Amino acid sequence: MVPGCEERSECLEHITFGVPLTRGLGRAYGDAALPSPGDHAIAGSVLADRVISFNPESGVLAAEAGFSLDQLYRTFLPRGFFTPVSPGTRFVTLGGMVAADVHGKNHHVEGCFGRHVVSLKIRVGDRSIVTCSPTQHSDLFQATSGGMGLTGHILEVAVRLTRVPSPWILQETERVANIDAFIDGLTAAAAKWPMTLGWIDCLSQGRDMGRGILYRGRWAEPDEAPKAFPAIHAPLPVPFTMPSWPLRPVTVRAFNAVLYRQHPRRVQRKVVHPNAFFYPLDSFGEWYRLYGRRGFTQHQCVLPKSGQRGAARRFLELVTRSGGASFLCVIKDCGAEGDGILSFPKPGISIALDIPMRAQTPALIDRLNQFVIAEGGRVYLAKDALTRPEHFRAMEPRLERFLNIRRKWDPDGRIRSAQSVRLFGW
Amino acid sequence: MKVVFLGATKGMGRALARKMAERGDRLCLLGRDADDLRKSALDLDARWPPPVSTKYVICDLEQPETFSRALDEGARQLGGFDTVVVTAGLFATQDRLEQDFEFTRRLLVVDFAHTVLFCELARARLLASGGGTLCVFSSVAGERGRKPVILYGAAKAGLTRYLEGLDHKFRSRGLRVVCVKPGFVRTSMTHGLPEPPFAGEPEAVATSVLTAIDRGRPVVYVPKAWALVMVVVRWLPRFIMRRVGF
Repeated sequence: MVPGCEERSECLEHITFGVPLTRGLGRAYGDAALPSPGDHAIAGSVLADRVISFNPESGVLAAEAGFSLDQLYRTFLPRGFFTPVSPGTRFVTLGGMVAADVHGKNHHVEGCFGRHVVSLKIRVGDRSIVTCSPTQHSDLFQATSGGMGLTGHILEVAVRLTRVPSPWILQETERVANIDAFIDGLTAAAAKWPMTLGWIDCLSQGRDMGRGILYRGRWAEPDEAPKAFPAIHAPLPVPFTMPSWPLRPVTVRAFNAVLYRQHPRRVQRKVVHPNAFFYPLDSFGEWYRLYGRRGFTQHQCVLPKSGQRGAARRFLELVTRSGGASFLCVIKDCGAEGDGILSFPKPGISIALDIPMRAQTPALIDRLNQFVIAEGGRVYLAKDALTRPEHFRAMEPRLERFLNIRRKWDPDGRIRSAQSVRLFGW
Repeated sequence: MKVVFLGATKGMGRALARKMAERGDRLCLLGRDADDLRKSALDLDARWPPPVSTKYVICDLEQPETFSRALDEGARQLGGFDTVVVTAGLFATQDRLEQDFEFTRRLLVVDFAHTVLFCELARARLLASGGGTLCVFSSVAGERGRKPVILYGAAKAGLTRYLEGLDHKFRSRGLRVVCVKPGFVRTSMTHGLPEPPFAGEPEAVATSVLTAIDRGRPVVYVPKAWALVMVVVRWLPRFIMRRVGF
């Protein structure tokens, strides 16, 4: 357990006064939303969830930072609007989406969330409240997109929603034989489809290495989709933490093989529920409990296009060799880098792995990070718990610029998280 | 429904007001902070644009002289109302109340005397227009004298009895009284308190309360499991209540 407590109130302006950090729903995989050692109370934004305004002409939604994607989905999808960029869970706040500059299945087309943000209201280090946008205090704005909440407390977010033709998704899935075919498949799909993603069986080896299922999708047109709004079901409960023992390479391998083989050889095309497409894990309420008491960490990196060919294959070989049994391995091709200074994606292949926590996990993360550095890639802070400061520095030539802006807006170093103290020293 | 709502800006009131606005009920929000009321009204209108924008009126449970005017203004804004909801109130832990005589006085007055006075005025107006629903949030804290909620529970016990009496007397004349008894619900009011089993979320509570209002149920426990818990607590003999911590 991490010591410290979270203050919650409907009035975010009130509780962010004088605390070192604001968190949203706390679903970051690592220590990004945790207080640094010695800090006691941090602010929680989830009760500050009021919509301030919505303009159906422009699609611009302004809301308090605790407004969640789950609420956005329930409230605005029936009206034909949705977030332009969606991460893999609905249980994230607008403030969290800005702080992590989240990306989604459409990154190759729409970029990160920050590209669609119109303006932000932030309580900065000297406790004053500043409004920033791409044109007003643009340094603060760009450092806050992907800045993990370290430039100040995000109080309000205005973002341009996208209009969707129906609330349903037209999805195609295809079995892919190995990692090289996967990368070709993603590249080919990117030219025609606004949303793409791959699930990889990351314990398959040899010829089958990196086999998996490629997902392509777009919003269904009204004549393709059912008339009804997709029913919203309560998540299945995971009432207690599962034991850790079933999570062994042998069971994970069997699970992955079943998942791979149950998919027919032919391409499958159908209209699916948006939840099934965007948020398969959210069908379990507290799915992370399935990983047992020891829990798990994630490693998500992007291996740039500019690097050597076959980087993804060598990365998977390294994972397999190191015995990192991962239930879930997700692969996605990233488009252009955004304006967020610490924003994660850049052109290349992003690979995300769930890694159960074991004694040897930190050493595994070190090996993976050394590989990422050699390839000129970087890791995603929203998923990170174990990266060493010197490794992050080596991945991130933009870091000095970020820290300069952070210093400018918070000269006394009042705003910090467990992650920022671990990686940047303050 | 046309609803005058005292306490819609926070917690369970916020969740219930949203459920009502979502299905097209018309609301007039009552509360003590104009800016807070304005923001909540905008929130409802932005989510589910109504034909007429949601209005709000200042009404402070600590100032009974504001009640009558606020109810009349609410009626004027809505063109008459058929439902009154009260979720507002004060709360503090027993430990704090034992240290703070002045806050204890305020809490007892607001949660019992002034809430009852507000209900009296609301009840009279509902009856005058042929009946309607009066939905008031009491608490499971009023079921027994319990160590962690002696003062708060005493005020809520009084409120519960008052609502019960209203139901007995006026139901035949068309007044439907709904007494809501929340157990532990995760809101800003309870944040930071040790969480017992069967803790609930405000959204789920709002759904149950709205059903109770539609059906005119006189008493509703939320979350539902608390109905069973309170059956047990009500029947525990005094010598056990003296020993246990709840």
